[in-house]
Order: sequence, then structure tokens, then C-alpha cells
Amino acid sequence: MPMQASEIEALLRQTFPDAKIEVSGDDGVHMAAMVVDESFRGMNRVQQQRAVYAALKGKMDGSAGELHALALTTKAPD
Amino acid sequence: MTAETQIKDTITANDVVLFMKGTKEMPQCGFSSRVAGVLNYMGVDFADVNVLADEGLRQGIKDFSDWPTIPQLYVKGEFVGGCDIITEMTLSGELDTLFSENGVAYDKDAADKIREANA
Repeated sequence: MPMQASEIEALLRQTFPDAKIEVSGDDGVHMAAMVVDESFRGMNRVQQQRAVYAALKGKMDGSAGELHALALTTKAPD
Repeated sequence: MTAETQIKDTITANDVVLFMKGTKEMPQCGFSSRVAGVLNYMGVDFADVNVLADEGLRQGIKDFSDWPTIPQLYVKGEFVGGCDIITEMTLSGELDTLFSENGVAYDKDAADKIREANA
């Protein structure tokens, strides 16, 4: 089942309640997300993106993953 | 040989390893293609591992790196990141720094051209 942008945003919002989140893409399989959150400060990009993947709770795992590709941009607020 | 052993051996034996879908000559996915293309263009000597040829490796590398997507780049045995991170690091010049610090040869002019084209 492909995921709607709103579902992805809602899932991310649970982990990052105060983040600036923008999800784009409309096929539900190849999507892009930008997450800007204070909790990323001091983390390197791998750590930031791991936190986002963890928030997606396995939606990208394995062949059963609903999301095939999620282009990610993560950073702490300027 | 387990996937974990195979992965450890590969990233130990090669300075730069890209776990990807397809091969560097014939990538099978746009994200793999982008990273392989950057490394090829920068003249980096890297080993490519086609995860589509081995289902054990395809899942094994995700578990090994604790990273859900492919491609995955390793330099000197350390996980560097996936497609988005490599793209950002290429454009910011951090990839140049990483290669320099690890004694990996690359074509700086080519890297500058990528940045000029994406400025």
C-alpha cells in the first residue's frame, strides 16, 4: 500500500512534534521529505537520517516496505 | 560464508565500496546510478557490490549498517551514507575532504565541475 504525503507527515510528527516538516511527491512510493528539527543539532547526517527512518517505524523495511524511496533532507534550524 | 562476514571482508579489502542495485557499469536504480555516477565522474577507484545478485546481501547490508535503503557508501570500513547524504556531501565539498583525509585519490577538477553545474 503506497503512503500518502499526509500519512508520512503524521507519522513523522509523532516523533518530531515541533519540527518543520515538508513532504512532497504524489505517487506514494517515491517521495521526498524535509525535516528541520532542533533535536538534530549536534548530530551528523547519518544520525539525523537514522532518527527519521526510526520515526517511520519500518515503513521502508524490506520488500514489504510501503515506501520504496524517500529522498531525505534533514537539518537543525538555522 | 555469512552475509556479515562477506560484508566485513569486502569493506576491509577495499578503501571505497558502494553497495548498490546493479553494477557501476549498469546501475538498476536511479539512486544507485546517481552515486555510482558521481564516483565514476570523480575518478574514484571503488568496488561495487550488486545487492540484486544476492538476496542475503540485500538484507544483510541493511542490517549491518542499520540503514534501510540502498545505495550505501563505505570508505575505509566506515559507513558514510546513502544517496541523499552523498549528494549533499558532494555539493558541499565534504566528500572531497573525506577522500583526502583517507588517502583516496579523486579528480578535484571533476568534483568542482559537478558543483559548478549544480550551483
